[in-house]
Amino acid sequence: MMDMTTIITDLYMARADVFLACAALILLAVGVCLKTRAFHRIAIGGVTALVLTLIMTLQQDNSGDSITLFGDMLVYDRFGVFMKVLVSIGAISAIFMGVRDLGDHVIGKFEYVILILLATLGMNIMISSNNMLSLYMGLELQSLALYILAAFNRNSLTSSEAGLKYFILGALSSGMLLFGISLIYGYTGTTSFPLIADIVLIEQTDMVSMGMLVGLVFILVGLAFKISAVPFHMWTPDVYQGAPSSVTAFFAMAPKMAAMALMARVLFSAFGELHSDWAQIIFAISLASMALGAFAGLVQKNLYRLLAYSSIGHMGYALLGYFVGGFTGVTATLVYLSIYLVMTAGTFAMILSVRNKDNVAATNLNEFAGLSKKSPVVAYGLAIMLFSMAGIPPLAGFFGKLYIFKAVLDGGYYTLAVLGVCASVVASYYYLKLIKIMFFDQPSAHDDYVVAPSRLLRWVGVPSVLFVVTFIFYPDWLVYEATQAALSLR
Amino acid sequence: MIAEAVFYIFACILIFSSLLVITARNPVHSVLFLILCFFNAAGLFVLLGAEFIGMILAIVYVGAVAVLFLFVVMMLDVDFVGLRKGVMKYVPLGLVVGGLLLAELGFLYFAWAPAEGASLTLAAEPTGLEKSNTHALGSMIYTQYILPFQVSGLVLLVAMIGAITLTLRHRPGVRRQNISKQIKTQPQDAVELVKVETGAGV
Repeated sequence: MMDMTTIITDLYMARADVFLACAALILLAVGVCLKTRAFHRIAIGGVTALVLTLIMTLQQDNSGDSITLFGDMLVYDRFGVFMKVLVSIGAISAIFMGVRDLGDHVIGKFEYVILILLATLGMNIMISSNNMLSLYMGLELQSLALYILAAFNRNSLTSSEAGLKYFILGALSSGMLLFGISLIYGYTGTTSFPLIADIVLIEQTDMVSMGMLVGLVFILVGLAFKISAVPFHMWTPDVYQGAPSSVTAFFAMAPKMAAMALMARVLFSAFGELHSDWAQIIFAISLASMALGAFAGLVQKNLYRLLAYSSIGHMGYALLGYFVGGFTGVTATLVYLSIYLVMTAGTFAMILSVRNKDNVAATNLNEFAGLSKKSPVVAYGLAIMLFSMAGIPPLAGFFGKLYIFKAVLDGGYYTLAVLGVCASVVASYYYLKLIKIMFFDQPSAHDDYVVAPSRLLRWVGVPSVLFVVTFIFYPDWLVYEATQAALSLR
Repeated sequence: MIAEAVFYIFACILIFSSLLVITARNPVHSVLFLILCFFNAAGLFVLLGAEFIGMILAIVYVGAVAVLFLFVVMMLDVDFVGLRKGVMKYVPLGLVVGGLLLAELGFLYFAWAPAEGASLTLAAEPTGLEKSNTHALGSMIYTQYILPFQVSGLVLLVAMIGAITLTLRHRPGVRRQNISKQIKTQPQDAVELVKVETGAGV
């Protein structure tokens, strides 16, 4: 039983998350009272709140050790800090994109920012979770906010369809996850990750019980849905296409980071000893994701569907690190995820800047024709991002893949590395196709897509390009931070 | 002895009324049988010594959920006869799925061997009988489980924000009640006294 002082101390230790929750509630109250330009003002407040949360999170890093809070509900360690930084960067960029995309639009309601803040809070809880209960509560807080964001443009049929589809399939995956958790609880008698790990360790001496494995499989199914790994990817292209563009950008960035972090917690903190059992599952979904991401992307005409398949492929590569396991594998995945986040933010910042006279963002590939003449800066920026996504040296995307494949080769899985490189070559076709359209195709006569300078380009686009281009000169600090994070994950 | 007899009475009525929920032709009767089900389930909980859950079941499910169902059934013009037309077509499939689920449950029940070292003291046995259920639950929820409890509050808030964002629309031309305007109204704004000469009209 915990007493009052423990709870108050824990609340103080968890001040970053408590602050984020309070900030979201205050901004909600302020937003309801504001009459004019609520979206822009709340967006400024939201970005400020996220930056302050980030600063508080980074301050916690100084202590070095990992601490558990609220009994054993949350664990604060360097891994958590690393992933929270990624999630916050994703959320801040998503707010910038929202201001550009929805700010002056009739559907631009300030609740967009509030929902992003609450989703970020859910993701922070997911990242820090040390117990099946906090895992599930964080996941639901995040998912529920995301369902609403997907259906945010209620005047559009596709957006409503995206929201409904995401909601029903998400509820199904939550059900699977809960079923798995209940099986694990039934066989181990606990929901806490460290205690589960202890019991798994004892079990190791003889056979692992069937119920535990079945439970683990169900939990993995639920989590694979959240990172949209094949064969649980069906919702991704439709949701990416239907949801408002800035929401799609958010989906491609922050929730993937949080779900990958959650997967690492479950796989390494709770079931680390069962590596040989779950590695085959990760192997299968990772290989299938890489292959489907590469091949299904080839035939897409809609840019957002293409990016959906691209993100499925990228998650496949990131999962390879977990498959290899150990701290080299996790480090490789963390480096890959960081670079993926920056590339995605940059790509969406460029894409969302290409708009027609009605202020609607370009969606089809052929609407980018002749962009290099209309706006060379954005065209070259987008080209750099796409080259990086394809993994062409000396850009950052190449190093992400390099670390992953190095970890795979160190693990001795040569065939897998070759297959991964093949998938990467196939996928580079569609990135290069978009570059070809931008630089060599003629725009159609009634094409009125133009690029206007915006805060989004200045604050998200330019830093991403700088990061991707200059990563080659100082890769060490990111790798160092990722290694420290991976080491703190038991 | 009496407890067992009461258990069998509650259990039999529960199963009987739940069968009637799905077989009754009139949907209003179905909902009424559902309410009966909830009451009996609440009785079973009280028998187990979980009086708090029993009361919650009665208040939340009978008081709110079932009445909501009743409203939906009676207010909305849902063609229940039409809904039932295709049911027979899906009976074989339903039986297969139901059988599979039953087999899985049986399999898990017979293969159920908790992991070595798993603490089985967590079984549903009321411990600390010196406290009432409500007291014990309250002291757990606000101490050990404060984080999930508070986060579930935020989840409900998100649901509320979502419902409002996705459905609230400000249509022009709708006459809403503006209470402050109503109260501020002065007699001289609303009533005009006119001195009318006899026989002249206004």
